[in-house]
Amino acid sequence: MVIGSGTPMLELRGVSKRFGAVVALRDGELTLHPGSIHAVVGENGAGKSTLVKIMAGLYARDTGEFKLEGQPVEFRSTAESKAAGIAVIYQEPTLFPDLSVTENIFMGRQPVARFGMIDRAAMRAEVIELMTRLGVTIDPDRPTQGLSIADQQIIEIAKAISLDAKVLIMDEPTAALSGVEVDRLFAVARSLRDEGRALMFISHRFDEVFSLCDTITVMRDGSYVSTVATDQTSVPEIVRMMVGRDVNELFPKLEAPIGDVVLQVRGLTFPGRFADISFDVRAGEIVALAGLVGAGRSEVARAVFGVDPYTAGEVTLKGAPLPAGSPAAAMQAGIGFVPEDRRQQGLVLESGVATNITDAIRGDLVRGGVITRKAENAAAQEWALALEVKAAALDVKAGTLSGGNQQKVVLAKWLATRPALLIIDEPTRGIDVGTKSEVHRRMSELAVEGLAILMISSELPEVLGMADRVLVMREGRITAELSRAEATPETVMFAATHAAEEVSA
Amino acid sequence: MTATQTTAAPTSAASAGSRLMQLLRRRETSILVAIVAMVVVTTAVRPTFVFSGDGWRSLLLNPAIYIVLAVGVAFVIISRSVDLSVGSTMGLTAFAIGSLYIAWPQMPTVVAFVAGTLFGGLLGLVNGGLVAVAKVPGMVITLGTMYIFRGINILWAGTTRINASQMGPDFLAFGNSQVVGIPALTILAVIVAIIAGWYLHNTRSGRELYAIGSAPEAAELYGLAVSRRALMSFVVSGAMAGLAGVMFAARYGTIASNAGTGYELQAIGAAVIGGVAITGGVGTVAGAAFGAFLLATINSALPVLGIDSLWQRAVVGALILAAIILDRVLAVRQKRRLIAERMEP
Repeated sequence: MVIGSGTPMLELRGVSKRFGAVVALRDGELTLHPGSIHAVVGENGAGKSTLVKIMAGLYARDTGEFKLEGQPVEFRSTAESKAAGIAVIYQEPTLFPDLSVTENIFMGRQPVARFGMIDRAAMRAEVIELMTRLGVTIDPDRPTQGLSIADQQIIEIAKAISLDAKVLIMDEPTAALSGVEVDRLFAVARSLRDEGRALMFISHRFDEVFSLCDTITVMRDGSYVSTVATDQTSVPEIVRMMVGRDVNELFPKLEAPIGDVVLQVRGLTFPGRFADISFDVRAGEIVALAGLVGAGRSEVARAVFGVDPYTAGEVTLKGAPLPAGSPAAAMQAGIGFVPEDRRQQGLVLESGVATNITDAIRGDLVRGGVITRKAENAAAQEWALALEVKAAALDVKAGTLSGGNQQKVVLAKWLATRPALLIIDEPTRGIDVGTKSEVHRRMSELAVEGLAILMISSELPEVLGMADRVLVMREGRITAELSRAEATPETVMFAATHAAEEVSA
Repeated sequence: MTATQTTAAPTSAASAGSRLMQLLRRRETSILVAIVAMVVVTTAVRPTFVFSGDGWRSLLLNPAIYIVLAVGVAFVIISRSVDLSVGSTMGLTAFAIGSLYIAWPQMPTVVAFVAGTLFGGLLGLVNGGLVAVAKVPGMVITLGTMYIFRGINILWAGTTRINASQMGPDFLAFGNSQVVGIPALTILAVIVAIIAGWYLHNTRSGRELYAIGSAPEAAELYGLAVSRRALMSFVVSGAMAGLAGVMFAARYGTIASNAGTGYELQAIGAAVIGGVAITGGVGTVAGAAFGAFLLATINSALPVLGIDSLWQRAVVGALILAAIILDRVLAVRQKRRLIAERMEP
């Protein structure tokens, strides 16, 4: 099919957005045509969501052009974007759980009769008509609480249709849907396309992108890469454009002797989060859990550490089974857990460095019921030195340190417990490039000293550079286990976006 | 497939039956049953509770002020906030109206009611403005203004009190008049509740209050005017408290600086007992009004039943806890039911 004919419905050119020092979108570009379904693909952090939020009127762009039907537009609120005919369906539908389906569809723009009285009968009639047209039977009077994600999305779509939206943006709508539900959604999307609306579809599933969309735009690191017609490209080509960079030389990985199995996970399952997860981590080994955001990696790590429950499976540490749901037991047995959000979950920002470092070994420092500052400082000193924490003094508040140094304090806290296994979720998120390699060097050295490390990372270069083995997860399951030699950007990305059977085939 | 098994449009006969079931299952209905039971039991013990001019009058008149307060507070609670200042607003307004009568003895009764409502609304505007500007939860702001309004009242009144002789005779007569056996103040409260209920049920801005209380983040994404609606809810709550203050002055004729102390918790309690969820988004004006009626009836029935007045508060507290636990149980059960419905193949 011919792409680029006629006036585009929506056009973005050279759009950028920064938050303080962080550039979320460098150079966004997108052209949506009426009667077309346009896919936007890219790794996590490529800038897709920022692009969506700019179109939705949630963020104001810093630079660049934004045109709707050839006319420049400037949205200051979601209401303005909606009034202009742009409807956004987020991955997590945003409905009012206590209100009825009908009220959700019409909230803020209910038809009114005399005395400003809402015309309930007209609303209800239109909802029944919409539901018939979408081929579903959802009771218009029931509250939206308890509806499946699929039905909630149908309500969002009904909302968009009743708004007569010209542009319909779907941000990973299929992430939580089953096969049948996806088919239903796609049938609706195609019929909307045939009515001449412009649709945009964000997905990590290539099979869906290729079966539904006619055009694909690839983004990487906040920038536009390329726009291609679906019938003139292939999955490997798209993956190459998405990854497209040299990844192997960033981090010095030291050779570490691999020892005995430290952590053994078998058949770990929690319905709706992850299923049948089995893997080992050995002493001296760094194992990466790779995959896209929402694949269930952090959930697995939290279950292993005992923060979250699991319904089936078992976790053993150094041969001894670990009780489920008890972080205290996990710590006792020798697991350290560096969470993803260190400011919220890893540190007490208002406390000093020494207090933070000794937080996990308080019990050992007690002498006669009290902890003296002297004992605290002595214990903290050792680890602050070992990790080269750069702080003016040990009583400096943790919140005032840089991101990299905060991360070292969290690492120090767990190393002070002398763990056998360290779980690190996103070790370098929000840390500047120079400090990143230092954190990596530390991790590598710890592995040499015989620590078993389970690392979760969304950054492909980090995964490929640091890991001895890579476990790739997709939708709650492990789809591939790759050795250091086998792991390449392409193989990891492929496993992260395809079901296990397709990966092994 | 999830959607296909959800109920199709029911036939009219079945719908009439299910509507009756729905009505029976509503919170308003069970509160009404509780009120009737309370009245019947108390009357059996002492017939004058209902069957005497004075008993009948008190039974209907006592709830009036609580109803107006609870209806106002319901606006704020439905939008997921709370207004603790209504008792102080009520007291300050009552004193202001009394003072106005001293300055202008011929003031018509209507003017007193309108002025008091506007004055209360102005105090509500202070609350709402502070909440909107400072972006601090309403509970904290109104905890502050609760003390400030009361403090102003005490500074203004000192140890003096305003007596019936200082207020307009028409005004006091209205406060104690009856129309076909029903106290005028009660009729006023019911009319106010009906208007408020109609507004919340039938207008865009009324429905938006429910939406905001149900999911504030979603309300932002919908592009609803969240802070303007919140401001409005506090103005309504203040205006209702102001009206209640005028009613207080008209009924009792004596106003000291401590008038209305503790009424805020009674009003919130009444709304919660009536099914207005403290977590926002759920509840009706009718429920809040019935809750207020029940609370006032309990307050007057327990002494009649020979129960020590010290126990009254405990009974009210138990009732509030029971209502909250009931709400929670029902919410959890409904959620489970709705999920179970769609899990079926």
